[in-house]
Amino acid sequence: MAELREQVQRKFGDAVLTTHAEHGDQTVIIRKDAVLEVMRWMRDEPSMLFNFMMDLTAVDYKGIKPPVWRFEVVYHLYSLKHNHRIRVKVPVADDSPSIDSIVSIWKGADWFEREVWDMYGIAFKGHPNLKRILLYEEFEGHPLRKDYPIKKRQPLIGPDN
Amino acid sequence: MGVEMEEQNLEAALGDSVILTQLDKVIGWGRKYSFFLYPFITACCGMEFMSVAGPRYDLDRFGAALPRFSPRQADILFVVGTISHKQAPILVKVYNQMAEPKWVFAFGACVCSGGMYNNYSTVQGIDTILPVDIYVPGCPPRPEMVFDGLIKLQELVQNERSSKWPRGKAAYEPRVKR
Ligand code: SF4
Repeated sequence: MAELREQVQRKFGDAVLTTHAEHGDQTVIIRKDAVLEVMRWMRDEPSMLFNFMMDLTAVDYKGIKPPVWRFEVVYHLYSLKHNHRIRVKVPVADDSPSIDSIVSIWKGADWFEREVWDMYGIAFKGHPNLKRILLYEEFEGHPLRKDYPIKKRQPLIGPDN
Repeated sequence: MGVEMEEQNLEAALGDSVILTQLDKVIGWGRKYSFFLYPFITACCGMEFMSVAGPRYDLDRFGAALPRFSPRQADILFVVGTISHKQAPILVKVYNQMAEPKWVFAFGACVCSGGMYNNYSTVQGIDTILPVDIYVPGCPPRPEMVFDGLIKLQELVQNERSSKWPRGKAAYEPRVKR
C-alpha cells in the first residue's frame, strides 16, 4: 500500500504543497484554504481514520522563511484503529495570521487552538471561544513570537522586573 | 550573654526555685516549635516538599508538620515552586489573609530568584512582591537544606522582638482588580 502521505497527495493534488518522510515519520504540508477539507477526509476515510488529534502547535520562522510562510501550524494525528500517525503542517502568512479552526472536526482541538492563539497570535476562524488560555487578558502581544522583546515583562503586581 | 549570666546568678541566689527570662524569649520559644504551614505549591519543588513533610524526613520533628489549608490558620507561608505573573496576585492575597505574626519561606530556586525562568511569565523572585524571611535555593533543594532553612528560621523567630509585629500588608496592590 502506498504511504499515507502519497495517498493524501493523490487525493488532494495541488492542495498538498510537499510531503516528506523521515525515520518513518510522515509529513504533509498543505495549503491553508484546504485545511478543513483535508482534515475531515483524513478523519473519515476508512484507510486513514485519524480519529485522534494528538497535538496542535505552531512554529514561528521569522527571518528563516519568507513572510508568506512565517508561521507553520503543526498537527499531529493518530489513528487508534490503524495505529499509524501523520504530521500535517500548514504555512500561515505574516500579516494578521489566521487559519480555519478544526474544532468542528476534532473537539479536542479547542484548547490547543486557544494556546496557539495565546502564544503566537494566530487566529482560528470558527473557533467557539477564542480567548487566551494560559496568559491573562491584560497581557499584550504573543510571547512565543520571535519578535516579542525577550526582556519585556508585564506583571500583574509588583515592579516591572 | 551578660543578661543571661545575671539571670542565672539571680536564679541561683533564689535557690533555683524561680526562672527568670524575657517575655519575648518565651513567646519566641513557643512560636518556633509550633509553626503551622500554609503550603503554596505550584511546581516540581512540591515533590520535594512532600518528601520533607512525609515520614522519612519528617518535618514534624521540628513542630512544623501541620499544613493548614486556610491561610487564616497558618504562620508560615511555604512558597514552593515557580510563581508566574498570573499567580502573583493570588499569592499576595494569601499572604495578606494570614494572621500576624507570619513568616515567608522561599523554597527552591524559582521562588528565590525566578530560577531558570527569566522570561515573560515568571516572577523573578517572590521577594519582589513579599517580604521573605528564609531563602532555600536548589532546584529542588534537598530535604536537608530545607531543614537547615527551617532551623535558621527557628533561630530567627527565637530572637525576634515583639516590636517587629505587625508587619502589615504586602507592599503592592494588584494593578487590575478582578
Ligand atoms: S526550583 Fe527547580 S524544582 Fe523547584 S519549582 Fe523551580 S524548576 Fe522546579
